[in-house]
Amino acid sequence: MHEMSLSQSMVEIIQEQAAVNGFQHVTVVRLEIGALSCVEPAALSFCFDSVTRGTVAEGATLDIIKVPGRAWCWVCSRVVDIEGHGDPCPDCSGYQMQTRTGNEMKIKELEVA
Amino acid sequence: MCTTCGCGTDEVKITSGQQPQRAHVHHHHHHDDHQVHAHDSEARLLQVEQDLLRKNNDYAAANRHFFSQRGVFVVNLMSSPGSGKTTLLVNTVGAQKTRYPIAVVEGDQQTSHDAERIRSAGVPGVQINTGKGCHLDAHMVGHALEQLPIENDSVLFIENVGNLVCPAAFDLGETRKVVVMSVTEGEDKPLKYPDMFAVSDLMLINKIDLLPHLNFDTNRCIDYARRVNPEIEILQLSALSGDGCDAWWAWLSSGLDTARTMRKAAAGDQTA
Repeated sequence: MHEMSLSQSMVEIIQEQAAVNGFQHVTVVRLEIGALSCVEPAALSFCFDSVTRGTVAEGATLDIIKVPGRAWCWVCSRVVDIEGHGDPCPDCSGYQMQTRTGNEMKIKELEVA
Repeated sequence: MCTTCGCGTDEVKITSGQQPQRAHVHHHHHHDDHQVHAHDSEARLLQVEQDLLRKNNDYAAANRHFFSQRGVFVVNLMSSPGSGKTTLLVNTVGAQKTRYPIAVVEGDQQTSHDAERIRSAGVPGVQINTGKGCHLDAHMVGHALEQLPIENDSVLFIENVGNLVCPAAFDLGETRKVVVMSVTEGEDKPLKYPDMFAVSDLMLINKIDLLPHLNFDTNRCIDYARRVNPEIEILQLSALSGDGCDAWWAWLSSGLDTARTMRKAAAGDQTA
């Protein structure tokens, strides 16, 4: 359950932002989560709901924007879409792939009041 | 509570049986590169753009700086429970401790059995008990370093909590990540737990002395690991019998040589 640690660090980031920007309440937390990152969105939502109780983010909606996984295929010499680590190239079915995007785990923006 | 950074110990416990060696090595970063966009008093949109692992990564960077200044080659050992990490470490320590200084950080949810095994093998060992936690993070490792004598040009092993999932996400400031899997596990582990194999630099296939008694397909395991991570290095060994350990020890020596060379180059730059 590393999603619990990630949720706790989300709350810390939000509290820092609240101290700097002077908001009282967060309504939406918008995240970018890569398809290849080791985050399970359902587990993250569950943990987020429990660790935000009593904080400025209590009751906030977690809006997860999924970032697709993309990798360089050394055989085809181009970037292709992949859904997970260990997926073959959709064109040549080879495994000589180097990940380019999809490992993201970040808070993109907050809707606050 | 930690007097340096104010962190609560919660369930995490760090034990060495000795006094702290030095003050807290990590720094606390405060980022205020925020941007306020809409100025509506009712509702605002704040661009945050911060990595969820930012805090861990800041601590990891501080650990990495600490290691590079001292020429320490740091190996983060990860695996499922029972793959033989601790036996591998105890035997590695026994065989290599006269060649270079070694220290060990042990991570487990409970008990200090592993650190005691390491200390019995003749090198300093600190135990981190994570309580309910499923992985080590860079902050815990920073605190463990306060209790460990870390010599220049040495090897530090960090034995992570036995878990093939969560430790993959947390940078500890190590030089290399090593995943250990044993031939008593399924050869498709790299496909079942791809995140771990994708982030690792080296895969050790352990317990090869048991191969005659098993149906483990080593070539298939290697093929699966390379599907997930085409660049991963792979060594096969038995920590118990010693088969294949020479290549592992050579890998460690080579890593230490690089760490030492980089420390000397950096020191030379400063005095030049």
